[in-house]
Amino acid sequence: MVNTSTPLKAESKDLNFFYANGHQALKSVNMPLYENKITALIGPSGCGKSTFLRCFNRMHDLYPGNKYEGGIVMHPDNTNVLAAGVDPIEVRMRISMVFQKPNPFPKTIFENVAYGLHVRDEKNKRVIADKVEEALKGAALWDEVKDRLNDLAFNLSGGQQQRLCIARALATDPEIMLFDEPTSALDPIATANIEELMSELKNKLTILVVTHNMQQAARVSDYTAYMYLGELMEYGDTDTIFTRPTRRETEDYITGKFG
Amino acid sequence: MALHDSQIAGALTKASVLENLGAVRAMIRRHKRNDIVFAGIGLLALMLGLLTLLTLFIDLVMDGYPRFNLQFLSEFPSRRAGSAGLLSAWVGSALIMIVTFLTAVPVGVAAGVYLEEYAPKNWFSDLIEINVSNLAGVPSIIYGLLALGLFVYGLDLGQSILTAGLTLGLLILPIVIVSTREAIRGIPVAIREAAYAVGATKWQVVSDHVVKYSQGGILTGVIIGMSRAIGETAPIITIGALTFIAFLPPSPISDVAPYLNFEWLSSSFTVLPIQMFNWLSRPDHAFHINAAATGAIIIMLTLLMNGTAIYLRYQIRKNIKW
Amino acid sequence: MNTATNMLNHFTTLPISPRLAKNIRRNFKERIIELILMLAALSAVFTTFAIVAILLYESFGFFKTVSLIEFFTGTQWTPLFEDAHYGIMPLVAGTLTTSFVALAVAVPIGTITAIYLSEFASHKVREIAKPILELLVGVPTIAFGYFALLFVTPLLQKIYPGLPGFNMLSAGLVMGVMIVPYIASVAEDAMRAVPMSMREGSYAMGATRFQTAIRVVTPAATSGIVAAYILAISRAVGETMVVAVAAGQQPKLTFDPTEGAATITAYIVQVAMGDLPHASIGYQSIFAAGLVLFALTLCFNILGHIARKKYREQY
Repeated sequence: MVNTSTPLKAESKDLNFFYANGHQALKSVNMPLYENKITALIGPSGCGKSTFLRCFNRMHDLYPGNKYEGGIVMHPDNTNVLAAGVDPIEVRMRISMVFQKPNPFPKTIFENVAYGLHVRDEKNKRVIADKVEEALKGAALWDEVKDRLNDLAFNLSGGQQQRLCIARALATDPEIMLFDEPTSALDPIATANIEELMSELKNKLTILVVTHNMQQAARVSDYTAYMYLGELMEYGDTDTIFTRPTRRETEDYITGKFG
Repeated sequence: MALHDSQIAGALTKASVLENLGAVRAMIRRHKRNDIVFAGIGLLALMLGLLTLLTLFIDLVMDGYPRFNLQFLSEFPSRRAGSAGLLSAWVGSALIMIVTFLTAVPVGVAAGVYLEEYAPKNWFSDLIEINVSNLAGVPSIIYGLLALGLFVYGLDLGQSILTAGLTLGLLILPIVIVSTREAIRGIPVAIREAAYAVGATKWQVVSDHVVKYSQGGILTGVIIGMSRAIGETAPIITIGALTFIAFLPPSPISDVAPYLNFEWLSSSFTVLPIQMFNWLSRPDHAFHINAAATGAIIIMLTLLMNGTAIYLRYQIRKNIKW
Repeated sequence: MNTATNMLNHFTTLPISPRLAKNIRRNFKERIIELILMLAALSAVFTTFAIVAILLYESFGFFKTVSLIEFFTGTQWTPLFEDAHYGIMPLVAGTLTTSFVALAVAVPIGTITAIYLSEFASHKVREIAKPILELLVGVPTIAFGYFALLFVTPLLQKIYPGLPGFNMLSAGLVMGVMIVPYIASVAEDAMRAVPMSMREGSYAMGATRFQTAIRVVTPAATSGIVAAYILAISRAVGETMVVAVAAGQQPKLTFDPTEGAATITAYIVQVAMGDLPHASIGYQSIFAAGLVLFALTLCFNILGHIARKKYREQY
C-alpha cells in the first residue's frame, strides 16, 4: 500500500522518548518520512504527536532531563540525528520548524527572515537580500510586504506572521520542515493560504505536519500517521487511512466517534 | 581572514549542509566556543558581587579584630580609641527599632490590607499605589530632610529617639506595604469565599483568615525592612543626631506602677551606623579599628536578618498547600 | 432568574426586625475599620505630600536670598563661607561623576549577570545565586563607605600613586558593585518575561545559546533592561554614605573622577553634622539641594516605571 518507489528522507526507528519527570511519551515508534511528500500526524491531544515532531530537530534538548532512545535516521547520509555524538545545532541547520503560534522575533520583517543567515555567519549583504526575497516569495508573502520590509514583524496579521515564520525557516534551505499545528491559531482564510503554501513547498523539501484538523490532514498530506498514547497505531497513504483504515481505533477517531 | 570567513559563510548558504559538512561543523564549533566564553564571563560577573561582599566582610573583621570583646559592647564612646565602646549605640539602635517596628508594622500592614482587600479599583487606589511605589524609590536622605523639617522643628519632637524611630518607620513603610500585598495576593479566593459562606463579615474574613494565613510573608517583609532600618545612616545624620553620647536614655521599664516609662522617647541618642560613621570620619587610624569592628557587627546583624527572611520565604514557598 | 432577584429586593426593603438590628451596629463597626485601614493607606500619600511641602517650604526661604539664576548657573557652592556663593553646579557635577563611574561598572556587569542568570545558568545555580544577590542588596551602605575609603582607595593608590585619599573614582566603583544586584535582578526579570516560544524559534534556526541571548532575548527585553538602568541611575544619584565617606566633602566643579568632590547628598550630610541654627541660609540650603535631588530621582523613577510597565504589558 505504501509507495516504496519514493526515496526515503528519514525514518524513526524504535523511538522511545521520556520526559524529565519519567513519563514515557513515545513508545517504540517506527515511521518513514518520504522525500518531497507531506506526512501528517494525527491523534487526540496528548497522544505524543507533537513530542514526536520535536524529536526530529532535538527541541527536547532545550529542557534538561529529557531522554531519547532509538533513532531518527536521515538519508542519504544515514545520520542518526538522536545519536549522542550528533550536535543538535547541526541537526537544526538541516531541519527547520514552524510553530503552533506564530513566533516572530521583535525585529523587522527583513531581519526576521535574515535571522537564520546571520546565525550561519552570512555577511554578504547581497546574498542576504536575495535570500530574503526568495524566501518571502516562497512563503507567498513578498507582494504583501515588499514595500515595508523594515516594519516590525509584530505589525503583521496572524496569518502573515505565520507565513513570515515559514519564510524564516525557508531562507536557510532546510531539507525537512516541521509544522507543529501551524494553523491552529489562524482564521480559515489564513489557514487555506498556509495549506496551499505547504503543497507548493513539498516540491523543494520534505514536510512533517502535526494537525488537530482531520480535514487538513486529508487535504494536504500524502501520508498520514495516527498516534494514540505514545504509540503509532496506523500509518499509510492518506487516501487509504481516511477511506479504509485497517484499525478500528483509527476509524473511530477519524469519524469523530472518539477524540 | 575576514574575507576567507565570509567566503565559507557564503558557501554555507548556497550549498546544502550535507555538501558542506566540514565548514558547517567548524562554524558550529566556533559558535559554541562563544557560548563557553560567555558562560565563563557571566559566572565571573556573578561571582564579583559575592567576592566583594566576602572581601568587604573579611576586611572589616581583620581590621576590627582587636575590638572583638565584650568590653567593646559595654563601654561608652570615648576620646581614647582603645577604650571607646558601643554601649550607647546599640542601646540607641535597639530603642529606635522598637519605635520603628511599632509605627511601620501596624500602618504598613493596614495599608497593604486596605489596598488588596478594600480599595475600589479607581483613581483613588491608583493614587495610593503610585505613591507607594514612588516612596520606595525616594533616596533615604530625603526622608532625613522630611524628618528635620517636620518632626524636629515642625512638631518640635527634637533630635530624639521618637523622631529617629518615626523617620525610619516611614522609610520602611513601602517595604512592609509591598510585602503585605504580595503575601495577601497569594491567598486563594476560595478561602475567602469559604469564610463568607459561613456568614463572616468582611473584617472577620480579613482578620481571621487573610491576614492570618499571610503572616509568614508579612513577617519576611518586616524583617527585611527592619534590617534596612538598622543599617540606615543618612536620614539619622540629617536629623542632626549627636554622635558623642556617653549616657544611656532613661530605661523604658520602671519599678513603680505603671512600670512603663516614656521619657526615653524624647532622649537624645546615637545608633550603630552613626557611631561607625563618626569613628570613620576621624583622621586617627586607631578609631578606624573601632569603625571596622562596628561595621562587622552591623553586617553580621543585617546578613542574619536578611538571611532569616530569605530562608523564611523559601520555606513558605515550599510549604504552600494551595 | 428574574423572579429570584425580585424576591431578594423585596426582602431587603422589608422593615428590619429587632433580631437583625444588630447588623446595623455590625455594619457601623465594619465601616469604622475600613476607614482606619484607609487612613493607614493614605499615609503613603501624606508622606509624599509632606516631603514635597517641606522641601518647597524651606527652599522658598532659600530662594528669597538666592536667585534661581545664580542657583542653576553659578559655578561655586560655598553657602557656609563668609563669601557665600550658591551655584549648585559643583554638587551636581560631583553627583553625576560618581554616578557615571558607578554605572560604568554596574551596567555591563549587571547586564552580563542578568543574561547569564536568565539564559545560561542552570536552575540550581539560579536558586543559589539569587538569594546571595539579595543579601548583597541588604548590606548597609556605610559598610561600603568604609570599604571604599580604607580598602579600595589604598588599592587604587598603588596603581595610580597621585590619587588623593578622597576621590570620586573609588566611591563610584564601590557604588557600582553595590548597584550590580539591582540591575541584575530587574533586567533578569525582564528577560525571563520573554516567552519561551521566542527562544524556541531561535534555537530551531540552529542558533546557539549566546546567539539566542544576544540576538533575540536581549532585544525583546529592551524596555525592561532600560528600566533597570534608569532605576539604577536613580539609586546612584541618591546614594549617600559611600560618597559622604569616600568621595570628599569639598564642592568642586569637576568631572574628573580622580579628584575628590562633594555630591548633593554628601553636602547635606556635611551640613547636618554641623550645628546650624534653624532657619539660617545654611539650613535652608540643604533643603534646596534636597529639592534638586528629589526632582532628579523622581524623574528617573517615573521614567523607569514607565519602561517597566511597558515590558510587563508587552508579554
